[in-house]
Amino acid sequence: MTVELEIPYNVHARPETGLYNAKLGVWLFLASEVMLFGALFSSLILIRTSAEHWPRGWEEGLNIPLATLNTFILIASSVTVVLAWANFRLGNVKRGRLLLLATLACGFGFMIIKTIEYYAKFTAVPPHLPSTSNFFALYFTMTGLHGLHVLGGMILFAYLSGPGFKMWEKEPERYVNRIEVVGLYWHFVDLVWIFLFPTLYLL
Amino acid sequence: MAEKRQVRVGREWLAPRDAEKALREAIRVQKEQERHHQLEHHPLGFWRTYVFSTDHKWIGLQYGFTALCFLLFGFSLMLLMRLQLGWPGHAFSIMKVLGETRAPGGNLLPEAYNQLGAMHGTIMVFLAIVPLAVGAFGNYLVPLQIGAPDMAFPKLNMASYWCYLSGGLVMLASFAAPGGTAQSGWTSYPPLSVIASQGQTWWLFGMILLITSSLLGSVNFIVTIIQLRTKGMTFMRLPFFVWAQFVTSFLLLLAFPPLEAAGVLQLMDRLAGTSFFLPSGLVVSGTRLMNAGGGNPLLWQHLFWFLAHPEVYVLILPAMGIVAEVIANNTRKPLWGYKSMVFATVFLGFMSFVVWAHHMFLTGMGTAISAFFQTTTMIISIPSVIILSSLFLSLWGGSIRFNTPMLFALAFLPMFGIGGLTGLPLGLAAADIHLHDTYYVIGHFHYVVAPGTIFAMFAGIYYWFPKITGRKMSERLGKLHFWMSLIFINGVFFPMFIQGLAGVSRRLYDGGAQYAHAQPVLKTNVFMSVSAWLLLIGQVPFIINFFKSIKWGELVDSNPWQATTLDWAATTSPPLAHGNFEHLPVVRRGPYEYSVPGSETDFIPQHAVTGEEPQGGGGMLVQSAVAQKEA
Repeated sequence: MTVELEIPYNVHARPETGLYNAKLGVWLFLASEVMLFGALFSSLILIRTSAEHWPRGWEEGLNIPLATLNTFILIASSVTVVLAWANFRLGNVKRGRLLLLATLACGFGFMIIKTIEYYAKFTAVPPHLPSTSNFFALYFTMTGLHGLHVLGGMILFAYLSGPGFKMWEKEPERYVNRIEVVGLYWHFVDLVWIFLFPTLYLL
Repeated sequence: MAEKRQVRVGREWLAPRDAEKALREAIRVQKEQERHHQLEHHPLGFWRTYVFSTDHKWIGLQYGFTALCFLLFGFSLMLLMRLQLGWPGHAFSIMKVLGETRAPGGNLLPEAYNQLGAMHGTIMVFLAIVPLAVGAFGNYLVPLQIGAPDMAFPKLNMASYWCYLSGGLVMLASFAAPGGTAQSGWTSYPPLSVIASQGQTWWLFGMILLITSSLLGSVNFIVTIIQLRTKGMTFMRLPFFVWAQFVTSFLLLLAFPPLEAAGVLQLMDRLAGTSFFLPSGLVVSGTRLMNAGGGNPLLWQHLFWFLAHPEVYVLILPAMGIVAEVIANNTRKPLWGYKSMVFATVFLGFMSFVVWAHHMFLTGMGTAISAFFQTTTMIISIPSVIILSSLFLSLWGGSIRFNTPMLFALAFLPMFGIGGLTGLPLGLAAADIHLHDTYYVIGHFHYVVAPGTIFAMFAGIYYWFPKITGRKMSERLGKLHFWMSLIFINGVFFPMFIQGLAGVSRRLYDGGAQYAHAQPVLKTNVFMSVSAWLLLIGQVPFIINFFKSIKWGELVDSNPWQATTLDWAATTSPPLAHGNFEHLPVVRRGPYEYSVPGSETDFIPQHAVTGEEPQGGGGMLVQSAVAQKEA
């Protein structure tokens, strides 16, 4: 007995929507992520506006030069992931894989700098901890949650350039789709940082 | 004298009744063979088939069974609370199950009462009703109704169930935490929840797992409904149930993340010593809290209700979807105003995001904000009324079949009506000043969810039971279950309106015994408690019926209710173990083509080719058997 088991539009786009399943899925996921970070930003606004005094980031010893460097690292990683996707589409496997690894390296760079920043806060005298003030509470919660998202993206890139690369041989189109979907997520993670950086460090 | 007619089966001549029996037996054997045949072709092993299954039907059943267990568990917590409320200060030996720390000598302690209340709400909302309405019914039926071989992301679907189960187990484990489980109400308002015992931390971890589960589920549902509709299944040909699930999924997708954020913030408050929700200068039991301060307890309320109001519609929309299916099928006519119902549902979904602060009229938000939320609250009642009125009008002129699913669906209408209409005074800021936090509120939302949503769930279980098992549940036990449930559930919840109007507050450990204004209505407490225990007895026929019918229920053919939607008409009952359809059906018409003038049968399945005999009954099976022989 034959039964239709294959799930439609797993790889190719459905004509009416112009999307394959995973791409629609990731857009919906990002919509929920917008709500998650939106809630955190709203909380920040509410707590900040009701505070008698709200410190500026530099007054509290946030390292603006390092954070600026981090911003550029993330922006660079956004470029490399798009180039990786484009190269895989064109069939330039080697360069595509290299760019994927470059993206992963950028993620590493970001996390290392973030660790240096955190370390400086914890070892300051007196130490700056989440419990020190609501400013640091928000700083650690928001950058921490963002850091977890970066870490998640790095795991995905490590998988795609490592064990997940096998898919390229069998189903190249599906593999390229995966890179596109992870790339969309990665752009979102960058975008969150683009908002976090001025809100916490500059304003 | 009428001649005794006989039917030839094989070589023998049998009486019609025996022939029918033989035929049913043949159908059963054939179905089993098909099942075996399929499993042989796709050997997955025990674990992949029954435990870590990625098949939407099996995941739906896993969800359903787990959720029903939690439903009973949540109900039993309430039964203990009702004992305390009916006879405060009286020792009950059954209370001893809670242990010496909670009920020494069978006397329930106040803090244990709070634990029962908080966990009753949490379990019923997040572990019972939503997983049953969305996880179970949605998972099982949506792919079948839209003509899809499975959900769009089967592995995510499995992950969603396992996140849900782990969240549930964390919640259960929290009862063993030092100081007991969460006790700050299902709303977990700070600052009390922040300074509460360890159980609250477990509660927060459990919630984060549950939120993850519903996030995975909702992405899956939306993608499935948009992408996997079969050929010809346009949006306006979707059964109303699918529309309800579609809008519900958007609510889950967009309303839950703010609660996740709030949960993270409360975890930080509890574990990292931050003060997101703790104001400056908070004094607890005579000592000043050594926190940084500057936080805002209202921030939690805003984030919580931003989820929890859409959550109300998550509870009710799938129920409306089920009721719509059952009513259309059992009135044998199309739904009245299908399009207006669809548009009302979508509008309801949008509006549900801008009404949340009507839960907070008494927090001193200011009159301008109150006026805004009061207005949006009045506006959102319009789409609900459109849907309910359409369902009522659908009954007009129908030749109604009063079977068990239909009885539950019919009872849903006035019960949800009472629940909805009693909500209007709560939505008006002035009236809410008197009614806020009284038993009136409890009565209101329980009418929406208990005789509303839960009755719809029962209607769904009785209605789709033959789909899942190939057997019908007993009508006699079903009707007994229905009448007992209907009478006693009203006995539980109606007096709450009377108590609430008299001003009796909710969350009172003694049911109001020490308040002068509660004295005239105190007697109703005993009445409600007795009704609650009788309601438990009323569920016994259901439990017996459920398990008995799985094995011994009356065997039926694939489309016993003669329904038009694809779940019944285009596949066998029980459906194929994998892939749902031998060939994806092509949809040719709307979902409710009942009693079409000029048609030979009173129903035309969505995929039937006009001019031909519409396929009903076991036709599908016979066809597949023939196809099998040819192949």
